Amino acid sequence: MKNAILKVSNVNKWFHDPQEFHVLQNINMEAYRGEFLSLVGKSGCGKSTLMYLLSTLDTDYKGEITINDVLVTGKNQNFLSRFRNAHIGFVFQFHYLLPEFSSLENVMIPARRLGKYPFEELEERAYEKLKWLGMADQAKKPANKLSGGQQQRVAIARALINDPDIIMGDEPTGNLDSVNSGIVFDIFKQLTREFNQTIIAVTHDDEFASNTDRVIELQDGHIIGEHINA
Amino acid sequence: MKLPISLDIAKTHMLSRKRQTFVAMMGVTFGIGMFIALVGLMNGLNDLTEELSMSALPDIRIFNDVSTSDQNIIEVMNPDGWNIVHSQKPKNESTKLRNGFQILHFIQQDPRVAGASPLLTSQVFFNYGPVKLNASIMGVDILQEDKLFDLASKMREGNIRDLLTTNDGIILGRNLAKKLNAKPGDRVQISTPEGFTTRLKVVGIVQFGMGAVDDVRSYANLSTVQRIMGRDNRYMTEINVKMKELEAAPAVAREYEKLFGYKAEDWETANATVLVGKIIRNIMSYAVTFTLLLVAGFGIYNILNMTIMNKIKDIAILKATGFNARDIRHIFMTQSLIIGLLGSVLGLMLGYALSLLISRAPLDLGDALATTHFPVNFDITFYVIGIVFGVITTSLAGFLPSRKAGSIDPIEIIRGQ
Repeated sequence: MKNAILKVSNVNKWFHDPQEFHVLQNINMEAYRGEFLSLVGKSGCGKSTLMYLLSTLDTDYKGEITINDVLVTGKNQNFLSRFRNAHIGFVFQFHYLLPEFSSLENVMIPARRLGKYPFEELEERAYEKLKWLGMADQAKKPANKLSGGQQQRVAIARALINDPDIIMGDEPTGNLDSVNSGIVFDIFKQLTREFNQTIIAVTHDDEFASNTDRVIELQDGHIIGEHINA
Repeated sequence: MKLPISLDIAKTHMLSRKRQTFVAMMGVTFGIGMFIALVGLMNGLNDLTEELSMSALPDIRIFNDVSTSDQNIIEVMNPDGWNIVHSQKPKNESTKLRNGFQILHFIQQDPRVAGASPLLTSQVFFNYGPVKLNASIMGVDILQEDKLFDLASKMREGNIRDLLTTNDGIILGRNLAKKLNAKPGDRVQISTPEGFTTRLKVVGIVQFGMGAVDDVRSYANLSTVQRIMGRDNRYMTEINVKMKELEAAPAVAREYEKLFGYKAEDWETANATVLVGKIIRNIMSYAVTFTLLLVAGFGIYNILNMTIMNKIKDIAILKATGFNARDIRHIFMTQSLIIGLLGSVLGLMLGYALSLLISRAPLDLGDALATTHFPVNFDITFYVIGIVFGVITTSLAGFLPSRKAGSIDPIEIIRGQ
């Protein structure tokens, strides 16, 4: 039973600067609960642009995007930041950890913003996430004292802390060596399998893409194909 | 209790750049500190001069103002003619207040008035060997005068009651007595412009604390001065009035002017220079403070802008993970307010310390003003103004950078990498 968590219908986007450019043309797609989906395509094909639309960071488009049965198109910024806080996790190419804070504190930041649990419980939950990612022993270390692979794992823990519906990854392994790429990939895979988590990752790494559940390929602003990996 | 996340981030930003935070804070501290010290000293000076001049001058002075009439008789008689009159002189008018004692009695009954005292002033020369010292002698009802100006407390030697018991006694201003080398019990010789000469016995020495007054003032009984001037015992030239409320003086003065037909001058009008001085000193201290705080404000503005530049990636990820523009603004406004508040409080302490130091510093103005130390006003109002000033400037300085931080577009930062 496929349960759509994200629906995109007739999305078009234009860049206005430096000149008018139709970057996304009539995009229609869906993502399902527990699915590991990758967006691929050549540089400039619009895959990252699409991901920023999906993640509600970019609101300048035509068409409709629905996440978890909530129409996010046309909502104001305050609603969207609350929505992202509760429903979307981010893993970027760079970790974007706050350097002065420890791993544990970094993981807790989105949860403290959400304010769903008391501080002590958040601390416990953040610690659990780090433990699950094999980072328990680094919990008290300042984020800027960790290695690249470790930082990316802390960033994943941060993306997970509010139990989001979808995790968006923009080249999540783009800045990692092959060993760490493998670790991050396995974590994502495990998330979808064990926790029924949805992951949408933009990548230009064909090996990474070929191991995900489904690949959507873009070219010049169009979806030119998708294939499901066995 | 754990701080809200915005405050926690603000705190971390500040602590991770302790030196800049400290420098920004010191800017505010010096601004506010100087404000407190300056305004305290300026107001101390204002208070001193005001108090001294108040203690020597009445709230309202009623006198017969000798003036040249604007219109001369020929113009009245021949309005259409071509009249040229040069150097018109006043007629020989007595400066006497007619019915002075009735007016005095009437004023003393006025519930708004604390006291009124009759006065007859004359220019006199004190003959001191071959030297003639120009001064004025004020014939007064010494007990009434004491009620108005608290003379008893200003007596350096002798007692005001001695004047009542001595027929031809005189109380000298301190500097005048010094020049005449006169002590109580000595006799001084005076002569009036009209040529009358007499000897008076010094019964006391009074000091107002202002050189200009102590140099030339002396008191005698009203009757003594009337005798010197060859006038009758109803003769007086002025009535001094002390009000219960100083603020009422201008209005009451105008009222008396209408009622009695004599000039009634209130303290404010007579001492416009003192008030102007006060206003200018106030403007100066606020201008200096404003400049200092402006500089401090730019310091804060700069430091916040730098922090925002450095933390732009942090801001981007915070916005991506659910912080809205307001949360981000709070992070930076908090920093600016904490810098402002702590800086201001330190500034108040610095200002208080400076004020204490200044108030201990000896100040000898010779005989011009009787003061031993710099006068400093420690009014709590200035401290409140100081902290309000500090917080307002810093929040203004923090506003623009914070707004900029709040409007950062995370995509631009994240994609720009």
